[in-house]
Amino acid sequence: MALSGSALGLMEASVYAPEVFARGLPASLLSGEQAEGRAVSVEPVAGPAPLLSLQGIGLSFGGVVALADIDLSVNPGEIRAIIGPNGAGKSSLINVISGVYRPDRGHIGLHGIGYAQVPTQRLARLGVARTFQNLALFKGLSVLDNVAAGLAYKVRSNFAGQVLGIGRSREERRDSLNRADQILDFLDLAAVRDRLAGTLPYGLQKRVELARALVAEPRLLLLDEPMAGMTANEKSEMAAFVRAARDRFATTVVLIEHDVGVVMGLSDRIAVLDYGRKIADATPDEVRNDPRVIDAYLGVASDNEALSRNEGRAGI
Amino acid sequence: MIADFDYQFFIEVLVGGLLSGVMYSLVAIGFVLIYKTSGVLNFAQGALLLFAALTFVSLVERGVPFALALVVTFAIMVAIGVAIERTVLRPLTNKPPITLFMATLGLSYIIEGAAQLIWGTQVHGLDLGIEDVPLEVGGVLISQFDIFAAVVAAGMVVLLSRFFRYTRIGLAFRAVADDQFAALAVGLRLPLIWATVWAAAGLVALVAGLLWGARLGVQFSLSLVVLKALPVLVLGGFDSILGAIVGGLLIGASEKLAEVYIGDYFGGGIESWFAYVVALVFLLIRPSGLFGQKLVERV
Amino acid sequence: MAAIPAEFSSAPVLPKWVVPVLLLAFAYGVVPLIGSSYLFEAILLPFLALSLAGVGLNILTGYAGQVSLGSAAFMAAGAFAAYNFNLRVEGLPLIGSIFLAGIVAAAIGIVFGLPSLRLRGFYLAVSTLAAQFFVQWALTKFSWFSNDSASGVIDAPRLSISGFALDGAVGRYFFALTIVAVLTFLAHRLVSSQTGRNLIAVRDNETAARIIGIPVLKTKLLAFAISSFIIGVAGVIWAFAYLRTVEPAGFNLDRSFQILFIIIIGGLASIRGAFFGAALIVVFPLALSRLGGFLLGDVFDSGVLDMSQRIVLGALIILFLILEPDGLVALWDRIRRRLLLAWQTT
Repeated sequence: MALSGSALGLMEASVYAPEVFARGLPASLLSGEQAEGRAVSVEPVAGPAPLLSLQGIGLSFGGVVALADIDLSVNPGEIRAIIGPNGAGKSSLINVISGVYRPDRGHIGLHGIGYAQVPTQRLARLGVARTFQNLALFKGLSVLDNVAAGLAYKVRSNFAGQVLGIGRSREERRDSLNRADQILDFLDLAAVRDRLAGTLPYGLQKRVELARALVAEPRLLLLDEPMAGMTANEKSEMAAFVRAARDRFATTVVLIEHDVGVVMGLSDRIAVLDYGRKIADATPDEVRNDPRVIDAYLGVASDNEALSRNEGRAGI
Repeated sequence: MIADFDYQFFIEVLVGGLLSGVMYSLVAIGFVLIYKTSGVLNFAQGALLLFAALTFVSLVERGVPFALALVVTFAIMVAIGVAIERTVLRPLTNKPPITLFMATLGLSYIIEGAAQLIWGTQVHGLDLGIEDVPLEVGGVLISQFDIFAAVVAAGMVVLLSRFFRYTRIGLAFRAVADDQFAALAVGLRLPLIWATVWAAAGLVALVAGLLWGARLGVQFSLSLVVLKALPVLVLGGFDSILGAIVGGLLIGASEKLAEVYIGDYFGGGIESWFAYVVALVFLLIRPSGLFGQKLVERV
Repeated sequence: MAAIPAEFSSAPVLPKWVVPVLLLAFAYGVVPLIGSSYLFEAILLPFLALSLAGVGLNILTGYAGQVSLGSAAFMAAGAFAAYNFNLRVEGLPLIGSIFLAGIVAAAIGIVFGLPSLRLRGFYLAVSTLAAQFFVQWALTKFSWFSNDSASGVIDAPRLSISGFALDGAVGRYFFALTIVAVLTFLAHRLVSSQTGRNLIAVRDNETAARIIGIPVLKTKLLAFAISSFIIGVAGVIWAFAYLRTVEPAGFNLDRSFQILFIIIIGGLASIRGAFFGAALIVVFPLALSRLGGFLLGDVFDSGVLDMSQRIVLGALIILFLILEPDGLVALWDRIRRRLLLAWQTT
């Protein structure tokens, strides 16, 4: 693997590592970095230091191996897909990256700092946001408040100040509502702004989750099956939103997806998992022709179909 | 100090505690059965126990023979169980577990009220024909009734575990406990299983009600026995029969020992809360409980 | 009326504050003039105390999703703390005792809320019973709490605010009404603040809340503290204004369940719901006893009344959970919408 050897100088895990990565880059820098990120994806050889790197990750649940010795590196600005058949360990990997699971072995490098377990409660501050495979919206809050909740990590005012309406609480609220509204516009959700999140159709709920993750303008966005259960139309819509989000916020995207077709068109690089092992890691074109990948997908009719369908599409 | 320690007394207290722990386990098992199939913490289990004991005693007092009263009461308990499943739990399918719990809380009010409205509020004595003369075993005095109760409770546990291990419906029960949707998908008849489980819970309530009733008298406070079983469940896990047994023994023993040896420092009467504190402290050290598997968070 | 905009049917015409203000004006200005002392003593005072307790529990259970079966313990803690502050701290005004009592209840709430950091669902619900039994035991066991009174039943201090006595039924009503109004207003502000939204987020999806950076542990403990503060003050009103005695016996498990029932029937996660639920819980036994006496005559003695109350209450809970999980509030809103619609079309 060309990139796995890149010199990282990982420091040993420290949950209390200083937050060296201030959030949100100046707007002027964004377009530049984004362009750079794209360049990387075209010519992976000359990449900069990865934003995220996994080294030797191993995880098992009561004897069942979910992940075995996984290495993965994600460069700034790229859209990185992780695919694999059911039970291949994709979701476990996202859960390891976001600190929901603690791996048995290996460490996770984020912005060049190594962790044995990523501190979930500081994830937002580290510039990482994620969505969930099964909808994880706050059903009792409006769409707007769901999205604004994505900025909750920034809130500094205490409950007394909020109750009495003094201090910075009003300003914070105004600011987060503004930003939430911007994201809602961006993702074409303004029409459902005041609806309770739980009352929306499934596809829209998925998009609200994306909005909640994006509102913090994360440097790393983890999408756990963002298109699962969607119609073909919704899927291509979602793919367009993911791409647009990357372009606008210079966000690095790691996504898990079943639908190989969508992934091929969307991602810069693809890692393929099977039975908890990484069996391929390359550009979409290379992955498509990798015999091990084809093997892994054999017998899974729908995925095979997706694969061949995509071949048609890729020819365009 | 150590030399003064009265080991014989200690063992007496310990054995007494373990034996009453068996009684806690018996009540707790009623909860576990329902929890495993329906995912409900059935707070009404105590009310069912009261209802069973009250029905049985009232029948016997009205001249119904012992065995017949037992059968009739059991039949009534099964009917109630099935009725609960049909009218309360089924309309609430797919609601959050805590909603179901509150429904069983309401249920316990109905059953308690009905039990006393039908059979009256006076205290009934219940004589199971066991003389409560202390028995000397290896130099230690043990209540004969306690031994009887423990044997009956142990018999219930063996019976239930055999039933669930070796019968078709038992296997189906375990499948449902593992995965309700999968069980439904392979064509297991859930209503039949639910009915069976409620019947089993009714039987447990009947046996527990008789044992506890014989000890405390059959009266309203019998339904408060649930409050003794809850810490056992917290300790052993809501879904583990083994946990209910071991948890009951642990709680029973530690409660008695604490009452005898440290109760005085607190001014006595600590049994109302001690079991809860034991369970909580244990859980703080071991969040997954006695035998609970490490729960994997699915997101 | 032509001027009414099209969205009228979905949004109320009046600004949100109008109805509460009108209700308050009525409660302060009209009720004291027309109410009998029976109305105050038997209905309004317990209604106010239980409503406030319901508001408190709703913050914890309705908004933050942490089920508590120990509310009565916090009422008791509040009542006894206020009694002792009043008794033992020279020159502390009554309102100071009540505030400190709330703080004491909040502190106890935090202690018994600690298991919530590791336990969820049923495990947590059961663990809150520890508070119920422990507090009741401590208050009964240590006579210091009741100033070594032989019976354990003590007279509550007479209510007065800056020298102005509030002894009579109406005075105690004003006292309770004022405290309930202020705390309810603050609770309303709280649930519509960032903290309130954090509570809901933790309730709806704890993992997601943690991952987007909501301080889950802090939020849970805060819910326990605020809820217990309010319930503690409700306990003071219950003991000082309604019963006028302070005793542990009334703050038993049944009381805890009663408060839980109030918020289920009234509506979870609704401040108004607590008032709806409390109204039903207070009025329904009185109505049932009248009705029973009327229909059945002498057969309907106090024992039968007690039992049928339990049965009807239990049935109500189940019916609400099945038919109207959002409680009386949802029912009320629906009826009101229908009425407005009907009025609009005529």
